[in-house]
Amino acid sequence: MNTRRDFLKGVLAGGAVVTAAAVAEPAIARETKKRPAEGLGLLYDATLCVGCKACVAACKVANNNPPEFSTEDHLWDTPLDTSGYTFNIIKMYRNGTMDAKDQETNGYSFMKISCMHCADPSCVSACPVSAMTKDPVTGVVGYNPDKCIGCRYCVAACPFGIPKYQYDSPTGRIGKCELCRHRYKDGHYSACAEVCPTGATLYGKTSDLLIEAKRRLAMKPGELNRFPRGKIGGPDQSWETPAGKYLQHVYGEKEYGGTQVLKLSGVSFEKVGLPDLPEDSAAALSETIQHTLYGNLIMPFAVLGAMTYVAKRNVKLDDAPTDKEEG
Amino acid sequence: MANHQHAAPAPVGGKLLNAATFVCGVFAAILLAILAVRFFLGLGAVTNLNDGYPWGIWIVVDVVIGSAFACGGFSVAMLVYIFNRGEYHPLVRPALLASLFGYTLAGAGVIFDLGRWWNVWNMFWPGSANPHSVMFEVAVCITAYIFVMWLEFAPVVLEKFGMTARKQKLNKVMFAIIALGTVLPMMHQSSLGTLLVVLGTQIHPLWRTPIEPLLYLLTAITMGYAVVLFESCVASTAYRRKIEMNMLTPLSKVMLGFLVAYLAVRIGDVVVRGALPRAFALSLEAVVFWFEMACFVAPLFLIGKENDRRNPARLFVAGILLMLGGAMLRINGFLIGYETGDGFHYFPSLSEILVTLGMFSLEVLAYIVITRRFPVLPREAATH
Repeated sequence: MNTRRDFLKGVLAGGAVVTAAAVAEPAIARETKKRPAEGLGLLYDATLCVGCKACVAACKVANNNPPEFSTEDHLWDTPLDTSGYTFNIIKMYRNGTMDAKDQETNGYSFMKISCMHCADPSCVSACPVSAMTKDPVTGVVGYNPDKCIGCRYCVAACPFGIPKYQYDSPTGRIGKCELCRHRYKDGHYSACAEVCPTGATLYGKTSDLLIEAKRRLAMKPGELNRFPRGKIGGPDQSWETPAGKYLQHVYGEKEYGGTQVLKLSGVSFEKVGLPDLPEDSAAALSETIQHTLYGNLIMPFAVLGAMTYVAKRNVKLDDAPTDKEEG
Repeated sequence: MANHQHAAPAPVGGKLLNAATFVCGVFAAILLAILAVRFFLGLGAVTNLNDGYPWGIWIVVDVVIGSAFACGGFSVAMLVYIFNRGEYHPLVRPALLASLFGYTLAGAGVIFDLGRWWNVWNMFWPGSANPHSVMFEVAVCITAYIFVMWLEFAPVVLEKFGMTARKQKLNKVMFAIIALGTVLPMMHQSSLGTLLVVLGTQIHPLWRTPIEPLLYLLTAITMGYAVVLFESCVASTAYRRKIEMNMLTPLSKVMLGFLVAYLAVRIGDVVVRGALPRAFALSLEAVVFWFEMACFVAPLFLIGKENDRRNPARLFVAGILLMLGGAMLRINGFLIGYETGDGFHYFPSLSEILVTLGMFSLEVLAYIVITRRFPVLPREAATH
């Protein structure tokens, strides 16, 4: 019974493949990436934000984006969410009587929604054509429309819902915050931080911003303290104001391996629209699986070799009578 | 090996224009009209896509499900050439033909959905390609497989035009092409599942697992056999031919083997990850989960006994249920169990549905034309 023997051979070949996969795994596990040492970012402090939305307007100008309307009269730029044409927005949290700011019950709060510039971004891992890249020095997650094929895998992958596509255009692009990297050469930095009147959005190296965030968490609520504005390490524009009542959590310090944009808030982060994320990134898991299966193409070639060996024995004999019949 | 004597494949013959091909033609024309609007005015003009649901049925149904439905060629070829079960040989060509069109159109369908399709060459450009991306693996592998399948099918065309010498030359390397034709679908069908992994916590726990690739591979193979059962029944009815029960009965047993393996892995995974309680929550996700599971479990009762596998009606229904189950696994993972935040909803627009219908119509149309004019189905007197 040759058939049975060959069938068993096929099963064995399959088994060998599975074993190869199991053995290969630990060698190519991909760790969650860390922030680059000189990585740039923002610190957003919801307790300092007054909801003026100067940052939203400045972002529109800096990125040359058109206004988006949500009111009848179409007088002002009034986007309700980030979009392919709105890379930064201030959202509001409201509860009950809205008596006090930064209070979860019967209170209200603001939250800035824009790209977090992850240490290990899902969008960069997802992008098949390297249109989404992470700068090795600044850590800025940038977008290149000349490479982008518009598959929108980045839109699906981002846990913060940041990359967005321009569905209304036949040549639509992905729109997202690139930390105003195109303005650095003129001595400018992120427009949102430049215009922020209270220092609620602060620009700088993420390592410096993390120290500043921890300094604020150690403050006594209500006590007068100095807060920098604009840019850490830039000209002194600091001012004095009572410290807010913070949750003891720097959002972005550890989420998905850390982000370069950090957030402080008085209201729980999930309630203001930031997801509860594990410390290991989804990109690391996805790439570990990919590398296990396809690392150096070892597995595919092993399987192909096994399949070719078995097929060579079976196919030749199988087609012979067919040819004769036609002859 | 055991030498099985089969009737050689031959064209079915008959008229090309009939009610079925006319209806398919109409849907294909509508498809072209909608695509014209899409390419001039953008995706938003014809689809209900949004940033919460950037992928709709053009991706999930036409590509992810459509390519799994097109696994008949791969599943049967694996059985015949790798597991050396020559008795199924007459099923290879019809299954391959359906796969060929399923995949070719899935590949074309991707282009409709790409927002910046003119940049697609970057996928194959060393300076741009990102080998860490699951999407890259899927795209390259599907493209390669489409070429491989055309080569696998080429003898049919060469036979038709009497190019015997070329056919024999090709047949000499056919073993290598067939081997490639089993490895490539294993790669991308599993990767279609891996696509979900980087979406992380946005995927409902019932469908969020690192063994996603194994689940998608096992169901793709199962669906491949299910599609063969379905197609054989439909083709016999439509062409008034004898149903090939001598092959379909044992084939369905092989299919059940893969199904049992899948169910063991799937249920084991849900339990081990502690996601099972979510299946008993009052939610849409729980309802569709049980629907999906029911589609996979029902065939065990329907054709579990040898005697029941001799009943073509039961095989047909079991085939449909498994195609539906596999489709639900994919719809549930990619759309229903995918949550990006409040305020986003998606249900396909009429245009999206018509394009998907048009794609399937094109497949049916091509299948009819080719089987009537080219040697695909085993020789048998057709009644019309």
